[in-house]
Amino acid sequence: MEVAQFTQQVVSGIAIGCVYALVALGFVLIYKATEVVNFAQGELLMLGAFLGYTLIVMVGFDFWLGGLLAVALTAAIGFALERTVVRPIVGQPVFAIVMVTIGIGFVARSVVTMIPGWGVDTHVIRTPFANRTLTLAGVVLSQDHVAIIVLTVALCLSLFGFFRYTRLGVAMQATSQNQLAAYYVGIPVKTVFSLIWAISAAVAAFAGLLLAPIAFVHANMGFIGIKAFPAAVLGGFGSIPGAVVGGVIIGAVEALAGFYLPEGFKDVAAYIVLLLVLLLRPQGLFGGVARKKV
Amino acid sequence: MTFFRAEDLSIRFGGIRAVERVSFETREREVLTIIGPNGAGKTTIFNLISRIYAPSEGRLVFRDQDITRVPPHRIAGLGIARTFQNNELFEHATVLANLLLGRHAHRTTGLLGEMLFLPGVRRAERAHRERAEEIIDFLDLQRHRDAMVRSLPFGVRKVVELGRALAAEPTLLLLDEPSSGLNVEETDDMAFWIHDIRSLRGITVLMVEHDMRLVGQVSDRVIALNDGQIIAEGTPQDVQRHPEVVKAYLGG
Amino acid sequence: MRVIFKTDYDQDLRLFRHGGAVLWYAVLGAALLLAPWAVGEYWLSQLAFVCVYGMAGIGLMLLSGYAGQISLGHAAFFAAGAYTETLLLTHGWPFPLTLLAAGLLAGAVGVAIGLPALRLSGIYLAIATLAFAFIVEEILARWESVTNGNNGLSVPVARIGPIAFDPSGRLFYYLALAAVVLLMLGAINLLRSPTGRAFVAVRDSEIAAQSMGVNLAWYKTVAFGVSAAFTGVAGAFYAHKLQFISPEAFTLVLSIELLVMVVVGGLGSLHGAIYGAAFIIVLPEAIGVAKDHLPASIAGQPGLKSLVFGLVVIGFMLFEPLGIYGRWRKIQLYFQLFPLYRRATFRRQRSYLRTERLR
Repeated sequence: MEVAQFTQQVVSGIAIGCVYALVALGFVLIYKATEVVNFAQGELLMLGAFLGYTLIVMVGFDFWLGGLLAVALTAAIGFALERTVVRPIVGQPVFAIVMVTIGIGFVARSVVTMIPGWGVDTHVIRTPFANRTLTLAGVVLSQDHVAIIVLTVALCLSLFGFFRYTRLGVAMQATSQNQLAAYYVGIPVKTVFSLIWAISAAVAAFAGLLLAPIAFVHANMGFIGIKAFPAAVLGGFGSIPGAVVGGVIIGAVEALAGFYLPEGFKDVAAYIVLLLVLLLRPQGLFGGVARKKV
Repeated sequence: MTFFRAEDLSIRFGGIRAVERVSFETREREVLTIIGPNGAGKTTIFNLISRIYAPSEGRLVFRDQDITRVPPHRIAGLGIARTFQNNELFEHATVLANLLLGRHAHRTTGLLGEMLFLPGVRRAERAHRERAEEIIDFLDLQRHRDAMVRSLPFGVRKVVELGRALAAEPTLLLLDEPSSGLNVEETDDMAFWIHDIRSLRGITVLMVEHDMRLVGQVSDRVIALNDGQIIAEGTPQDVQRHPEVVKAYLGG
Repeated sequence: MRVIFKTDYDQDLRLFRHGGAVLWYAVLGAALLLAPWAVGEYWLSQLAFVCVYGMAGIGLMLLSGYAGQISLGHAAFFAAGAYTETLLLTHGWPFPLTLLAAGLLAGAVGVAIGLPALRLSGIYLAIATLAFAFIVEEILARWESVTNGNNGLSVPVARIGPIAFDPSGRLFYYLALAAVVLLMLGAINLLRSPTGRAFVAVRDSEIAAQSMGVNLAWYKTVAFGVSAAFTGVAGAFYAHKLQFISPEAFTLVLSIELLVMVVVGGLGSLHGAIYGAAFIIVLPEAIGVAKDHLPASIAGQPGLKSLVFGLVVIGFMLFEPLGIYGRWRKIQLYFQLFPLYRRATFRRQRSYLRTERLR
């Protein structure tokens, strides 16, 4: 019984951790390319979930098709955001851009509450795996959780393939490393940035749809995105695999803390882990130590 | 007492031996220049002396005091000041503020006194400003006194960097490529200043430089570095003619 | 443009740059002192709030604007001050002493939070402060024996002898005004002495700062400590204003509000803290007034304040990154140089991304 319970907790923790991982992944993608810390990443997750709700529940699309459309629409929103709001402030100190993303978060949250049909209510999206279980090696697991994990892995593998083997992916890596050089070799840097935001938003929307079945869809659900910070830091800011690993670990730690430790520890577990990492190994699990050359 | 001595100084970055068993001595009130092709390790030696890096081996001795393990912020208080190859100025502050910051090692006031701005703090501030103005006069920076460093042209920034180092009232001054990016007139000004720094102010100068004319004008002795090791040492003329040095610069 | 010929070192050190400035500040001072007779009780209360936020703003400005250490968790210091004040007053400590204690304890919390900051910079530091703030909030909620957890604490009225400082009254307003002026003076003094310059050095180039003898660890700690202490005093006043405190009053939203305040006000000058505080208080009022003129469908929306808030932040960052104070300086310059003002005076050179990952 002990082992089974432990495994269930870990699996459910990893499932939520996958959501953190995806938010952190989108976050790190943007950071690696432009050094912008996108505080609105959680809100992109929320928008994706709401668009999914509209398409799947209100309009009636099938879960998979509706989900895909929601992801595509959110990607377009991400693209548009970068184009209109973020691009004009490139060149200003990083801090200014952080403030803009914080502003975007406020605007997104309030606009969502004003849209008829969305408002301040909580909504539910029914998925094909809701309330079903699956037995693996004698342990009963919720299909929701397993589906989240499997889909996250699939997405990560596709992204890996994309960045490694496609021209656009390689161009994105190049732009991340040296913007000026990328301009010189003919990469359309500005468009690449917009596309990176689009991909990041798509990943966030994906996470929002994965999250929707195990949490409710509501205007404040974006605050879960704050957990992406500990995940990204744990993995090593600037490392994409690190973000994923970090998210999963944070999710697992949270679940176990909630189960074994007194009340209240679950909420702060992620932040305690974050502080420990920053104190003991600031570059995270996969990050490198960079030093300025004078 | 040797004024300054590096003994068997070495540092490795991963597998790269940036500086390998470098030993040299600087005598008081002399101008010693380190020359060498790019990547020879000259700035690395400066970074070792100002303790930005810690050496893998070797010792640094300044006025009979072993400074190999001294924390970086104590170096200025000991009397060693430096300039940086790529301008590490305080961009969002005025030229005057930068110079006053150079005087930080000579600070005598405490936090509480400063918050209350006691008369002693005011007196100390006036004294600091007097010294800073003296350097502004010496380097002809009056025009730029209250300008933000960010808006200044490159040549002026180099001078401000020199001024900031002088404000620390050092006995040993490390100048990292003082003439890089300067035109002929500005380089000549720099040569006069280095000369005055040594003769009138009695400051020992340790310099990294590429401009051979400047090297010839101001240096007493020259050390040539290549691949982290010393290959020649002597007067400027001797070193420039040294076969190893010629080989290092021209190849073959 | 007024050119000041300097003949004396003290001219650089003076609080007021020239005679005109003395006059204007005197007028402002008189207006603030006469306010209780000019404005109604409601607006007097709001002015007191501006003073409270102003104190916190000065603290945050010192830390983030001058020392360059971005803090996303300033609500924690606010809370430390508020809870200390409340608990000590409830246990019978005399009022002025509780204020001092609130400041000192918050300062200690600031030093504690600043210790990890010594090795962190930029976004890592911001995230660390964020994490600390969450942890402090949780501690406040869970440590029920002391803080009464989520049930909150009611704040006793401050008294000195027989005089009671009713939070919505005139005396309290004068007290808050005096406090913000004193803290402002303290900050100005700090900034015109070696410590203030060291802050700027830490912000602009850590390596050069060390070479000039600035002990990074010490000054970062001092920056956190002083900033937290100022914010703690603000928190104590805040507790009195609210008359009832609970952990819910000190969440991430408050931290972000404080940060937005200093950024919109104008990062890098103490004036900005005050302008920002005024902005934070005036904005909801302005929205309230505007609501009367808007159609019911828009006015009735609960998210309207957030929306306007977010749009204002974005607007400032895009169009006026120097904040309210920056815009005010530009306007001043326009009138001083008239008709020779050129619009490109403040235009910055296009810059490519200069990485902050290596410091």
